[in-house]
Amino acid sequence: MPPNTPTTSLAWNNSKNKVAKTMRYLPLTDDDRRQMLAAIGVEDLKDLYRDVPPDALLSGPVDLPAHQGEIEVERAISAMAAKNLNAAAAPSFLGAGAYRHHVPATVDAMIQRGEFLTAYTPYQPEVSQGTLQYLFEFQTQVALITGMEVANASMYDGATAAAEAVMMAGRVAKRKKAILSGGLHPHYRDATQTIAGFHGMTLDVAPPDWKGEEDLIRSIDDETACVVVQNPGFFGHVRDLTPLADACHAAGALLVVVVTEVVSLGALTAPGDMGADIVAAEGQSIGNALNYGGPTVGLFAVRQKHLRQMPGRVCGQTADIDGKRGFVLTLSTREQHIRREKATSNICTNSGLCALAFNVHMTLLGETGFRQLAALNHAKACTLADKLDAVDEVQVLNDTFFNEFTISLNKPAAGVVDDLAALGILGGVPVSRLYADGGQMENLLLVAATETTTEDDMDALVRSLSEVL
Amino acid sequence: MSVKYTREHEWIVVEEDVATVGISKYAQEQLGDVVFVEVPDAGKKVALGEEAAVVESVKAASEIYAPLSGTVTAGNPALEDEPATINSDAEGDGWIFKMTIDDTSELDDLMDAAEYADYVAGLE
Repeated sequence: MPPNTPTTSLAWNNSKNKVAKTMRYLPLTDDDRRQMLAAIGVEDLKDLYRDVPPDALLSGPVDLPAHQGEIEVERAISAMAAKNLNAAAAPSFLGAGAYRHHVPATVDAMIQRGEFLTAYTPYQPEVSQGTLQYLFEFQTQVALITGMEVANASMYDGATAAAEAVMMAGRVAKRKKAILSGGLHPHYRDATQTIAGFHGMTLDVAPPDWKGEEDLIRSIDDETACVVVQNPGFFGHVRDLTPLADACHAAGALLVVVVTEVVSLGALTAPGDMGADIVAAEGQSIGNALNYGGPTVGLFAVRQKHLRQMPGRVCGQTADIDGKRGFVLTLSTREQHIRREKATSNICTNSGLCALAFNVHMTLLGETGFRQLAALNHAKACTLADKLDAVDEVQVLNDTFFNEFTISLNKPAAGVVDDLAALGILGGVPVSRLYADGGQMENLLLVAATETTTEDDMDALVRSLSEVL
Repeated sequence: MSVKYTREHEWIVVEEDVATVGISKYAQEQLGDVVFVEVPDAGKKVALGEEAAVVESVKAASEIYAPLSGTVTAGNPALEDEPATINSDAEGDGWIFKMTIDDTSELDDLMDAAEYADYVAGLE
């Protein structure tokens, strides 16, 4: 590129580009560029890109409007945003792994304190006692609700936690095969395939279990490192996992229980009490908004005997030389900043702020509040199921569910959801959205209700369904 | 047979065709307080230089490499509850595993106590 032409892109050369002259966000001057190129002995910036195939390089400006002032940009973006149907502003029955719950105002007030909001992961952890304390409390809450002995200080999200659980099971059992339930969220299956697949794990994936009739016990053999099962399942079914846990243990395998709706733990038997060896859960429902699908917070809890194979960081409580309570990061000698490529996991951070939001909300709820919240969710879902079942074209498939269940419609669900959206209602997640070749699942729709769902919302859905079906 | 050492700071004593393996006194000093030891299971086959155990201290988790090729016959069960035995008696009760020896000629490449002392002195 001509040395005197500032540009917005490294890869294309267009001296007529006027946008660049007023581009405010590029920190480098032409002199900076010249000096850097001279230092590394390169004449032209383009030389750095000669390994990129020419047809993969931009040859001209991206087809975007020219730069505009803030007022115009704000107007354009707002107009685009207005095309969305906002889950907070419409009757919403969306779920499938991300749930709209009420987040108390206190949560936001707390997590926006500068000490928490701006603090990066504590590399000199012991000076950050406040951070360590909330992580310790978070771990305690996670261990209590999952019924497990130890929890780590969080992971990125439920899906990556599930992948880490499979790899951990591989290390513990010293085996390479994982059996994935057909009730596992397809995104969790994919994330596990992507991550654990590169660590030599092979996955045996059961067919979609929309009827809730799956029996994985027969699939377990002496090569099986773990069985991964979600409860409540992706299609909403609730299971007693005790027989499966017993079968796993008899075969020397681990039971990994995935929970995508963590509020359910306030009503259902804890996975740990059913024999789970690892619990990998999504914590978004407590304290965290939908956030367009992320960031969220992954929960990870294990048995004490497998502690040393657990990924991620752990915060511990101790006493200082004066006997006062204090907190430390512990068991980090197997993390990647010390052990590099031999680390237990290359998850090197935790979802700190989302974990804090979880911690604050859970603290506000307390055990009683958490149980009441779960009961309320289930009650709402029961009401919704009754109302939907009364619609002729709708059949509720679940005998058991927590706050989400599967309904069968008389035509493909995806089109019905579009029609409902046109009427201002977010009617749920069509199963075909997650199973591309849905086949006989094409008419299935996942619907969820939470404490935020009103009777008016439900009646609006029933009314609109009668219109569009 | 007298004690032998590797450059990775393991010691080996051979009695009746079975080698007992641990880490040297020098190695435990470098590691600091040992908090966990992952010992191999009996029956595990190891090749010379292959990872056989892990010793975890407050500072680091370190692999213990097989000093010889052979089959593990026992891990030290006492280390599960008392990993600090490695600090208190590295070259005695703090042994980590016992193994058979596939090829006794591999023993010839190991250092004796005097050679190891020189080797360690050279590191400091």
